[in-house]
Amino acid sequence: MLSEFKPALRLLLVMAVLTGLLYPLAVTGLAQLLFPFQAHGSLIEDNSGRVIGSALVGQRFQKPGYFQSRPSAAGADGYDATQSGASNLATTSKRLIADITARAEARRADAGPTPGPLPVDLVTASASGLDPDLSPAAAFYQIPRIAHVRGVSEEKLRILVGLLVEKRSYGILGEPRVNLLKLNLALDEMTRTE
Amino acid sequence: MTIQGLGQLALFLALLVAAVPVLGGYMARVFTGEPVLLQPVVGPLERGIYRLAGINPGREQNWSAYATSLLAFNLLGALLLYGEVRLQGLLPFNPGGASGVSPALAFNIAASFVTNTNWQAYSGEQALSLLSQMLGVTVQNFLSAATGIALLMALIRGLTRRCSKTIGNFYVDVVRGTLYLLLPLSVVMALFLVWQGVPQTLVSPATVTTLEGPTQILPEGPVASQLAIKQLGSNGGGFYNANSAHPFENPTPLANLIQTWAILAIAAALTFTFGRMVGDQRQGWALFTVMAVLFSLGLAATWWCESQPNPLLAGLNLDQHASSLQAGGNMEGKEVRFGIAASALWATATTAASNGSVNAMHDSFTPLGGLVLMINMKLGEVIFGGVGAGLYGMLVFVIITVFIAGLMVGRTPEYLGKKIESREIKLAVLALLVVPVGVLGFGALSLVIPAGAAAISQPGPHGLSQLLYAYASAVGNNGSAFAGFGADSTYQETMIGVVVLLGRYLTMIPLLAIAGSLAAKKLVPPSAGTLPTHGPLFISLVMGVILIVGGLTFFPALALGPVVEHLAMIHGNSF
Repeated sequence: MLSEFKPALRLLLVMAVLTGLLYPLAVTGLAQLLFPFQAHGSLIEDNSGRVIGSALVGQRFQKPGYFQSRPSAAGADGYDATQSGASNLATTSKRLIADITARAEARRADAGPTPGPLPVDLVTASASGLDPDLSPAAAFYQIPRIAHVRGVSEEKLRILVGLLVEKRSYGILGEPRVNLLKLNLALDEMTRTE
Repeated sequence: MTIQGLGQLALFLALLVAAVPVLGGYMARVFTGEPVLLQPVVGPLERGIYRLAGINPGREQNWSAYATSLLAFNLLGALLLYGEVRLQGLLPFNPGGASGVSPALAFNIAASFVTNTNWQAYSGEQALSLLSQMLGVTVQNFLSAATGIALLMALIRGLTRRCSKTIGNFYVDVVRGTLYLLLPLSVVMALFLVWQGVPQTLVSPATVTTLEGPTQILPEGPVASQLAIKQLGSNGGGFYNANSAHPFENPTPLANLIQTWAILAIAAALTFTFGRMVGDQRQGWALFTVMAVLFSLGLAATWWCESQPNPLLAGLNLDQHASSLQAGGNMEGKEVRFGIAASALWATATTAASNGSVNAMHDSFTPLGGLVLMINMKLGEVIFGGVGAGLYGMLVFVIITVFIAGLMVGRTPEYLGKKIESREIKLAVLALLVVPVGVLGFGALSLVIPAGAAAISQPGPHGLSQLLYAYASAVGNNGSAFAGFGADSTYQETMIGVVVLLGRYLTMIPLLAIAGSLAAKKLVPPSAGTLPTHGPLFISLVMGVILIVGGLTFFPALALGPVVEHLAMIHGNSF
């Protein structure tokens, strides 16, 4: 019996070094060589060269002058990247329904004098709590508020959102979306140049 | 349900079918020792590993020696992993300052990763050091997958050899599966994922000042290398708590498509490998068909369920319908870039394949959507299933099917020229009973013991669903969860760890015994009374047996959970 453990142990140690050290380190080396930007987390800078976030990871936008992000269950205030996660509430949960009701009421103010139906992603929490995107519908829905706060025309904002909508990849993969960090950066840029 | 969504699902299925002969034929060559393209590069490495480990690759093992080697290798792997996560606070590559985990959690992690389950009762970005992620869980991601494939190969050899005492060499199967299959595929896939945006670095975390002002801390690490084998090896344990819903683990719809493909590719292709090795390609395609039909039914149902608006939100004037500007549907716990179709596809694939990674949170699925996911697991993880594990589980159902068919016509059942006798049937039934015992037995125990029931976070029928899901996931070595379930208690960490081990080894050992007893048998030539095992009749019979034997067992429990929840929901009740 004990003799069985000897080859098992030796093989385990060899395979651990191969798959647990050599493999990840080799991939790290290759990745840093071939795709350094992505390998470090797709970090982007603003005009002054300050790192303002990852192009991939959502951050919290709650100021009225910005396009605001989806609700998030990551951390107490949301968008805490050290605590990714979802609400994990059931569709039949009273808590979920109360949360969504409260968010919907708060959102009504965004839509100007004639609020239409509220896009569902704007009142539901994402799976990661770090969703970087909004649906185009959810971005368009916030335009009256931003136009009012920033004093720009709704038409200009609609054009801006339209420019930044990412279509489905290859026409069928995923869903149309707007990256919020890129959108709000462009928004700041637009109002600064005016 | 949109036309683009349909296109996406069709593209996925086409890519999957395309992989079956290519990958399947390659694996057949690897495991029968035929020369392959990578031979000149990997061959010397392979021989070096045998030398270092003191293994004679020419020495064949009988089934009990094979089982002993498997258990010894897995036990030592579990101990190594246990030690690493307990001591990670003292070990290098720990930029986040993670401390050693508790004994119960370490047992849970070791049991779960060594069995290819990857149930995670912890949050990866906080609880594990980079060393634990690499030298700990990534190692078992490879070795547990290779172990599953090895066992399948032993079983296939049992079916094809005649009057033989031996069924191969476990160590050789593990080494070849890792070197020729899992490692090269993982390297390619990891680099593809980095290109799409998955981080791969040893510097962590990145701290940024967000546009609104507050800082955001972004944990990074060797994510892509772990992610590739997590998907390919039907492991499923994420680098981050949010798993493949996290934008760093799954940044784009294209990355999502490749990861979803990787969940099923090897398991699906193994049906072709099987056909090649038993000398009749139709046998492999028949089993592929059984899996593909059951998979597609589940996929259609989940997709439809998740596309529906939540009726309990009807009074809020929400727009829950799909349009050119939004995915609509049940978006709680889903990411905008994936929407409904890609989330439903992943959920179906990951539960069918005992992978357990997620790109949307199953706890927030509609009751019937969640029901489909649970059924996928409770059928025994045979709809493609884990790498190796899915097909050997399917072969258990095949043995039961030929037995039932034999009873109907009064002949001794046979499969691929081997007589299936009482010893094989008894062992197959033993393997079959593991899932009901794990789900219903241990699930019931957890319900009546207060320390166990405390894990349920949701009142009403959904609470029962959370528990049923957890134990189905554990015994099926899946690893996904209705994640509101409080799995991070000592009771659940221990019990789920135990169930995970039972689910793996109480299936593996009877199957190795079957392999041994089949290998020793003579081949009987087919006669007029032999039931052909490749035609539509047999395919329907196997599906019937899977649904009745595998599924009906759980009907009462499921009726009390997701079915009641659905009925309550459509009548406007919440909990």
